Amino acid sequence: MPTISRTEVAHLARLARLAVTDEELDVFAGQLDVILTSVARVGEVAADDIPPTSHAVPLTNVFREDVVRPGLSQQQALSGAPRAEDGRFRVPRILEAEDRLAGPTMEAEQ
Amino acid sequence: MTDLTRRTAAELAAAIHSRATTAVEVTRAHLDRIAAVDGAVHAFLHIDADGALAAAAAVDEALDAGRAPASPLAGVPLALKDVFTTADMPTTCGSRILEGWRPPYDATVVRRLRDAGVVILGKTNMDEFAMGSSTENSAYGPTRNPWDLDRIPGGSGGGSSASLAAFEAPLAIGTDTGGSIRQPGSVTGTVGVKPTYGGVSRYGLVAFSSSLDQGGPCARTVLDAALLHEVIGGHDPLDSTSVDAPVPPVVAAARAGVAGDLSGVRVGVVTELSGEGYQPGVLRAFAAAVDRLRALGAEVVEVSCPHFDYALPAYYLIAPSECSSNLARFDAMRYGLRVGDDATRSAEEVMALTREAGFGAEVKRRIMIGTYALSSGYYDAYYGQAQKVRTLITRDFDAAFGSVDVLVSPTTPTTAFRIGERADDPMAMYLADLCTIPSNLAGNAALSVPCGVSDEDGLPVGLQVMSPTLADDRGYRVAAAYEAARDAAAGDTLISAVPQLEVAAR
Repeated sequence: MPTISRTEVAHLARLARLAVTDEELDVFAGQLDVILTSVARVGEVAADDIPPTSHAVPLTNVFREDVVRPGLSQQQALSGAPRAEDGRFRVPRILEAEDRLAGPTMEAEQ
Repeated sequence: MTDLTRRTAAELAAAIHSRATTAVEVTRAHLDRIAAVDGAVHAFLHIDADGALAAAAAVDEALDAGRAPASPLAGVPLALKDVFTTADMPTTCGSRILEGWRPPYDATVVRRLRDAGVVILGKTNMDEFAMGSSTENSAYGPTRNPWDLDRIPGGSGGGSSASLAAFEAPLAIGTDTGGSIRQPGSVTGTVGVKPTYGGVSRYGLVAFSSSLDQGGPCARTVLDAALLHEVIGGHDPLDSTSVDAPVPPVVAAARAGVAGDLSGVRVGVVTELSGEGYQPGVLRAFAAAVDRLRALGAEVVEVSCPHFDYALPAYYLIAPSECSSNLARFDAMRYGLRVGDDATRSAEEVMALTREAGFGAEVKRRIMIGTYALSSGYYDAYYGQAQKVRTLITRDFDAAFGSVDVLVSPTTPTTAFRIGERADDPMAMYLADLCTIPSNLAGNAALSVPCGVSDEDGLPVGLQVMSPTLADDRGYRVAAAYEAARDAAAGDTLISAVPQLEVAAR
């Protein structure tokens, strides 16, 4: 069924936050097409009236007693951080320059 | 005991507990063996000699003080797949994105091993985030098969399987999402068990595909695997998908199996897991194994599971879908790699650059396939349909187990292939999981026990035994009976045929 284009692979990579290179796009486009064409075979099975299985063990909510217990310390939580500052995770800016001027507004979904 | 590394875990435990030897001596022997052969095999990503010797010394001290062993495996060394978190060792999952990461906590499996006095030698190599069937997808280079160093040791748990076949450890831990314990066991002539889903805690097991991932024991004998299974198994309140039921009596079943009587046991040969695409020598070894089961008294019938033909495509939609979601946690913010943070780039740009640099090709492929399969417009045709196929596969198992006690098949269609042979052909690589995937999708128990070598290449073949959910003990009984009969007929264990690696070391 699918023939997946280079443009579509680039779109998938962007959705998945992967800054793939042009060379990778060429390779992945061919490979993803082969894989997706093969797995599309699931469509051959007549299963309209079959309920889906999301999990091997049927489970509803699992509860435990609501008691306080120790979690990670601040130091432990920050121990693997690429950068930390003042006991917090130091992250790159999360707003674009114009957002910062305009104040914290929600960015429209793409 | 002349060479401690050639002994089974059960023998080592008995010798340690009777004080015929010490845990420190046993640990030292295995560390020496690793030093001698791991340059050629590359089963380990990290070796913790000091930690292992300290843990062994603690076991010796307790025994010398007259205390009872903490478990039947107290003092026995083990190789741990690098996908379980360890507070005192790095946890990389075979990925650059977690290079050097030291988790702030131990996985439940690790906690249980330590409490049982099992000595953790180090962390074993694996396909990145457990995605692969050859260990070639490790960012730290491939592991080599001790039977033939030019061949793959299976995957994703190739480090664990190779460590056993190279006599670097008598026990190992693996994880099995689509066959990553059983297929490496098959191609290295070792025993690998995927317990019933939920039978072993996933707390601290870095998630690939949460509805399929299952930790389990690896060993050179069925009894050793059973002993390890009872150490790591059982309910864990920290894993909400953990099954709140007693561990099936797998050790008793393995011991019962050794007696060699399978009369009254009904064995089903799965029609769909045979034929085109299977190596002829594998099929011949499998047929001989089935004959042997029959000779032990089992009643053998053929059983059809028609939807198994769709297990592979269903798996390669479900697993990537879950992986695309699970691996979103590697965002360059809280732990792991961060690249491109130059004070001008945004968090989103840094995230994309980090994931590009930190993930290998197979992980990227699966994330993108999962992203595709979960996209609106494709969801029903791909992910939704795969989930329905999953239901039909579970129904096939239920129907089959209505008439037989266990199902059998080859574990994987071929023997160990050459390193590099399938590296550029993802679909060819995926076929290695053809026979193992159905039990991941349905969640039932399954194991691989060596069943001789293929006559065309002399490489090991695995017999897969599949059991119903929470009836893991059945597989152990059948496999132990088979193993005892196989060794009796051959006059030696299969694993003793592994070449001398010191000579082969390069």
